[in-house]
Amino acid sequence: MNDSVAGIGARVLRREDFRFIKGRGKYVDDMVLPRQTYAVIVRSPHAHATVNSIDSSAAAAMPGVVRVLTSKDFEAFGGLPCGWLVNNQNGDPMVEPKHPILAEGKVRHVGDPVAVVIANTKAQARDAADAVVVDYSELPAVVNMRQALSNPPAAVHDEAPGNLCYDWALGDKETVDAAFAGAAHVTRLEFTNNRLSPNAMEPRCAIGDYDRSNGDHTLYTTSQNPHVIRLLMGAFVLSIPEHKLRVYAPDVGGGFGSKIYHYAEEAIVTVAAKVIGRPVKWTSDRTEAFLSDAHGRDHVTTAELALDADGKFLGLRCDTLANMGAYLSTFAPCVPTYLHATLLAGQYKTPLIYCNVKAVFTNTVPVDAYRGAGRPEATYLLERVIDKAAREMKIDPAEIRRRNFIQPDEFPYQTPVALVYDTGNYEATLSAALAASDYAGIAARKAEAKSRGKLRGIGLSCYIEACGIAPSAVVGSLGARAGLYEAATIRVNPTGSISVLTGSHSHGQGHETTFAQVVADQLGQPIENIDIVHGDTARIPFGMGTYGSRSIAVGGAAIVKAVDKIIAKGKKIAAHLMEASADDVVFENGQFKVAGTDKQIDFGSVALTAYVPHNFPLEELEPGLEETAFYDPANFTFPAGSYVCEVEVDPETGVVEVCSMHASDDFGNIINPMIVEGQVHGGLVQGIGQALLEQAVYDDNGQLLTASYNDYTMPRADDMPSFTVDHQITACTHNPLGVKGCGEAGAIGSPPAVINAIVDALSELGVEHVEMPATPRKVWRAIQAAKK
Amino acid sequence: MQSFNYAKPASLADAAAALAKAEDGTLLAGGQTLLPTMKARLAAPSDLVDLAGIAELKGISVSGGTVTIGAMTRHADVAGSAEVKGAIPALAALAGGIGDQAVRNRGTIGGSVANNDPAADYPAAVLGLGATVRTNSRSIAADDFFTGLFDTALNAGEIVTAVSFPVPQKAAYVKFPNPASRYAMVGVFVAKTASGVRVAVTGAGNGGVFRVPAYEAALAANFSPSAIADGVISAADMNSDLHADAEYRAHLVAVMARRAVAAAG
Amino acid sequence: MPTVSMTVNGQTVSAEVDGRTLLVEFIREHLALTGTHVGCDTSQCGACVVHVNGEAAKSCTMLAVQANGASVTTIEGLSEGDDLHPMQAAFKDNHGLQCGFCTPGMIMSAVDLAKRNPNPTEAEIRKGLEGNICRCTGYHNIVKAVAQGAAGMRG
Repeated sequence: MNDSVAGIGARVLRREDFRFIKGRGKYVDDMVLPRQTYAVIVRSPHAHATVNSIDSSAAAAMPGVVRVLTSKDFEAFGGLPCGWLVNNQNGDPMVEPKHPILAEGKVRHVGDPVAVVIANTKAQARDAADAVVVDYSELPAVVNMRQALSNPPAAVHDEAPGNLCYDWALGDKETVDAAFAGAAHVTRLEFTNNRLSPNAMEPRCAIGDYDRSNGDHTLYTTSQNPHVIRLLMGAFVLSIPEHKLRVYAPDVGGGFGSKIYHYAEEAIVTVAAKVIGRPVKWTSDRTEAFLSDAHGRDHVTTAELALDADGKFLGLRCDTLANMGAYLSTFAPCVPTYLHATLLAGQYKTPLIYCNVKAVFTNTVPVDAYRGAGRPEATYLLERVIDKAAREMKIDPAEIRRRNFIQPDEFPYQTPVALVYDTGNYEATLSAALAASDYAGIAARKAEAKSRGKLRGIGLSCYIEACGIAPSAVVGSLGARAGLYEAATIRVNPTGSISVLTGSHSHGQGHETTFAQVVADQLGQPIENIDIVHGDTARIPFGMGTYGSRSIAVGGAAIVKAVDKIIAKGKKIAAHLMEASADDVVFENGQFKVAGTDKQIDFGSVALTAYVPHNFPLEELEPGLEETAFYDPANFTFPAGSYVCEVEVDPETGVVEVCSMHASDDFGNIINPMIVEGQVHGGLVQGIGQALLEQAVYDDNGQLLTASYNDYTMPRADDMPSFTVDHQITACTHNPLGVKGCGEAGAIGSPPAVINAIVDALSELGVEHVEMPATPRKVWRAIQAAKK
Repeated sequence: MQSFNYAKPASLADAAAALAKAEDGTLLAGGQTLLPTMKARLAAPSDLVDLAGIAELKGISVSGGTVTIGAMTRHADVAGSAEVKGAIPALAALAGGIGDQAVRNRGTIGGSVANNDPAADYPAAVLGLGATVRTNSRSIAADDFFTGLFDTALNAGEIVTAVSFPVPQKAAYVKFPNPASRYAMVGVFVAKTASGVRVAVTGAGNGGVFRVPAYEAALAANFSPSAIADGVISAADMNSDLHADAEYRAHLVAVMARRAVAAAG
Repeated sequence: MPTVSMTVNGQTVSAEVDGRTLLVEFIREHLALTGTHVGCDTSQCGACVVHVNGEAAKSCTMLAVQANGASVTTIEGLSEGDDLHPMQAAFKDNHGLQCGFCTPGMIMSAVDLAKRNPNPTEAEIRKGLEGNICRCTGYHNIVKAVAQGAAGMRG
């Protein structure tokens, strides 16, 4: 590896920052196309209703209105597709109802799109939207998941009269039950994993444009994966072939999963632009985002852990109800199953695991992957039930985890829930976290807090996640309707500058810096000579985009593979120029050298020769220096770590203050520690936000009570402490960079650490559990209940 | 936001005339509540009469044991005013805790008082200090001014011009903010004056800001947190929402009141 | 329609606008200064913060007509050309941004904060940023950036 300061492992300042700090970022809503119009969407105010009629005549006559579209205008098109099929225990496929672009005869959640008003200005469109008269007949709303299954007030979809999407299980229930029958101790915990709204700060936006002269569509959209949108919308919804549809996601202001999915508005502006012959822009406002962006989490779970007398885990048994919302979003079905149940071994040698998941339709916004996606739910389940078991058995929470850790010499490790962990060292991260947080010294801090009337507690969490999704053959066998490789093209330009075209998408992750560091390192070139191109299907190779902490592990690996091809070809060109055998040419620090001689030629000269092939082995080699590679991973990667949180509870008010949070992570090799630490910080706040602040709340009628920042509690700077983080490294064994991914860890590991700390603080009062988010009211209530 | 006519008069008389002329006019002060409400289409006035051009509505004066704050004086100006900090530090601190800095740079006392949002901070100070609300036609005692949720004694067309606060012996305001909006979920203003103690509560009541006579009596006898140690008020008249049920709010009123007394010293 | 005139980033601008035009709409749509963003509808997120007569204001909660005659500074006016204001430089140096969407408002609020409090503590910085929401950074590096930026502004 190159040891230049810009290479792998260096804290290179971000190259993308200049445009953002100068106000020159280019987000979709910043774009104005000639003759652009504005779409405002009329959305259902009801959770569940039949649509009797829509009268848009008054709206159509209002100033500036170009067109009003209803579901009739979309009859020729398909519904929004679901990208993952999950089968029932009996082998039958899940219920997969149509998800129309605009509601067809029935609305199924508050915010379900009903009509579209297009006008010359946004204000005109908004005014006219109020004049669209929709006649509804309200139906009973299905909100509560248990009730939806056991005593349904209505069926969200006729195809699923009992509101069950699927009933899926992993593991052998009889064997697990037998382990429980023989256990010395069984710990049981019932809990909710709270529903969250992702809240990327940039609201979604889409602009459709159509060129009648050649039939080309362009969609500018806030997406984490433009090629996926092109495929899903083009092939499954609108029947536009790839070569007639360009999807471009320029600067995107955060995603956290919510901008993976193909949304109705993307299809709406694409269709509308062709219908009216002018570009059509739709920009979400924040309340619309709460009512239309896919939500996350929302599980109701019962977990039981069987232990022997020494605290060794014998078996884990769990039942989860997972909310799908009103329609199946793009990847929704796989989240509570293949991204959740398969993680339930955690860092431990639990020999037997059984997990049943029932996915439920409700009259709420669709639920899909949100930062962590299934893995936070699995980690919370496991780390809470283990903590409760430790308390019940009077074993130190760190000690009980140590007794059950998979040991470093036991890798590769086959878990009972399908995954094979390639490498790890869980004691290393736990020890580092305990030392950094002075776990041993908590008694003195508790006593000092008590002298001030506060209750102090410490909590830990040891998480694992499966990232770098994913081996295509594996996910294909599990129901994925896509491959999950990544693609990269390295285009070496004639003067030696380098364009890297990647299928990964950066919406805050800093790929323009880290990917360039990788290429700079591998090719020995200055980082200034390297550009990262992403986000535009017209420029980049077909790739699957950014989510699941996959960019460096999969997208980075594709880049390395393409670089390897560049070097291999460069060696042949260099060998020709130096009149040596290609087998004797080595590439070091940007120089092609003949081994054992002082003959060398630099990378730039080879590039120039490739494009000016006057002295070139044309009979065996094509001119040019451009290579594309697709990388399909051999396995998932398994980042892991230990988090320790310390809190203080004000027993008078129930207010919880996070005093400290330490994260000790193993992400394998690290390209840019500064960016990795930033990813951890951000994840921690989303995790602490889930634990303490955030929840999307529906009332019994299916109205979303938390549809603005006046009611949905976003973490703010003064809610949070500064953090400490460290990294332990076991390199991933199966990708060329030895990397594992870091984007979601903070959000996965932190929620149980926070709740475990609160329970530790309140344990002297007899409190055993506090539900997330542990708001002051809930904590105060828990204290009052324990006093009785 | 729906369309409206906009006027920016230079005098109170012109403002009153513009308002009188309007079909369904509203005064625009700092706009920090009104504009979001209009954006959400929960308000659609035919006319906005902007008070920002009326110089006499701005400014702070202290004389004879009274602090008078012009209606268009911004929260940031009250929070930063040396006169207010010297005379009624609790009032400056309250103003410095409204919204965030950008909101305090626009929001005004007149707008806040006239709107009487049940979760706003200023009504607690106005009632807790026994202030007088001055308008273009009369003076209204605080006890008569706040008449219910978003409701005041102001007549149609009446314009708040200033609020006069008597300087107390000691006072403090302690707020438990709504975790999401940062408005007061419970805010308690406690003031000790020569004529007695006043305790005003915002954020908690289902009828807006209110006084707590039982606390006032107990604190008049003994101005210390211990005097109201057992004083839990009834939950019957408390607000209940997803952040705090009525019983929790009633409990918080007691806790914030004790903390306010302690802070007042 | 009312006519508004104001100075934006040192340039005098004048336009006829619909009375309901928000200052942020005037800046973004009429002046094509798209560095100022809109992230919410309720005056909470702070992505739209600009300086009006030298003080932070949420341009989504202000009518363009209310800024008539005012001097407005947006993120684009904080520094010239390739230069960086000390607060901008501090955000880059400390990795105080990820997706960049909240960043302009965050920087404008931070400059306002440092002008009022040239040497803020961590707690004062955190409290001072309560009107600006960031979903990416966890605030950790923003707080470091604001401390450095304030030091840079002290000179």
